[in-house]
Amino acid sequence: MLKKRIIPCFDIKDGRVVKGVNFVGLRDAGNPVELAAQYALAGADELVFLDITATQENRKTLTDLVAQIAAEINIPFTVGGGINSVADAEKIIRSGADKISLNSSAVKNQKLITDIAKSLGTQAVVVAIDTKLIDGKWQVFISGGKVATGLDTVQWAQQAEQLGAGELLLTSMNNDGTKAGFALDILNLICDAVSIPVIASGGAGNMAHFKEVFTQTHATAALAASIFHYGEIGIQQLKDYLKTENIAIR
Amino acid sequence: MIAILKYNAGNTQSVENAIRRLGYDCLVTDDVQLLQSADKVIFPGVGEAASAMAYLRAKGLDKIILELTQPVLGICLGLQLMCRYSEEGATTGLGIFDVDVKKFPPKDKVPHMGWNTISESESEILSTILPDDDVYFVHSYYAELSQYTIAQCDYILPFSAALQKDNFYAVQFHTEKSGNVGEQILTNFLKL
Repeated sequence: MLKKRIIPCFDIKDGRVVKGVNFVGLRDAGNPVELAAQYALAGADELVFLDITATQENRKTLTDLVAQIAAEINIPFTVGGGINSVADAEKIIRSGADKISLNSSAVKNQKLITDIAKSLGTQAVVVAIDTKLIDGKWQVFISGGKVATGLDTVQWAQQAEQLGAGELLLTSMNNDGTKAGFALDILNLICDAVSIPVIASGGAGNMAHFKEVFTQTHATAALAASIFHYGEIGIQQLKDYLKTENIAIR
Repeated sequence: MIAILKYNAGNTQSVENAIRRLGYDCLVTDDVQLLQSADKVIFPGVGEAASAMAYLRAKGLDKIILELTQPVLGICLGLQLMCRYSEEGATTGLGIFDVDVKKFPPKDKVPHMGWNTISESESEILSTILPDDDVYFVHSYYAELSQYTIAQCDYILPFSAALQKDNFYAVQFHTEKSGNVGEQILTNFLKL
């Protein structure tokens, strides 16, 4: 049976993990390569790295870093942040990443999804969607959630699939950081509206929230950051719990 | 020496990394002599079938692959191109396996993406794999079950997770991304 995936996410700046990571046994908590190896060992099913490096000069650091991570770990990983062209995406994939993730750049230039899918295959293209419920409507936000696009989230998800996305990463801004659980309602709407896999993101606060998202929606993966990084929930502990709850887990 | 076939649909870097982690030397090449003299040849692939096959034909690599006598391992698209025909781009493949590759019917999420178990197998490359061991799949097309199937997987329908005929082995999942289980399978192949 296909397993539900647990995916830790890291914010990277200038080649370093930005948010503090409290993972037992680390020599250097800011080193993405060591962290990636630790999480892979702990049972993470995939990893996501989001580069928030501001300057173009430091982008070179990212491809070097991707190559180092790829040399070290034996599970799939996705790299997102600042990918604005087919060439950017190709560089990341050739360095050893399995997928790239597009967010703002895909909204601004929808053809980018299609062009990257043509070059690297749809399986390599994740479209990340940040969404917020305003006046009863789930709307798409870009630029780190700062800019409203006016796009309807379900429509954008369907469009992204048609353009060539192989997977969606849906983050509810209403839930992100609240630790009150995933946004089950919009996840259900999106999962039913598209035929590609959907990763749930935003709001995980305890282990029961993961059970909820896997039993009450068709999300095939769940992503979280701080609860893993601050050691509030261990990856293996979470996976053991979900197994006892009869969720299909590796 | 382990040769990894260089062509236009590679995730050659990941395969190369995995082989080096296992302590073997390897090179990524499309040089005919190097391919023919290698101890093992790996035929990886991520991408689209028609353009990959067109590239192999244009370079004459299709005939070279067919004539290889050492153990050859196709991975993912590599497996699909080793089959007779793929619905992806209506592509005629190498025909090592007389099997058709079809698109998954849209009864569940496609691509089949993530960790899944495979059936028990007596094949030298899979016999060490335990029933609960998962391997990582990413694909929208599948090879039908056939006499060459050495392990099957079930997603939407039962399909070939691995195929073998003579010296030609092929796996639909990504050994190089399947954690320790995948590394064990790669090791089994490299030790053939």
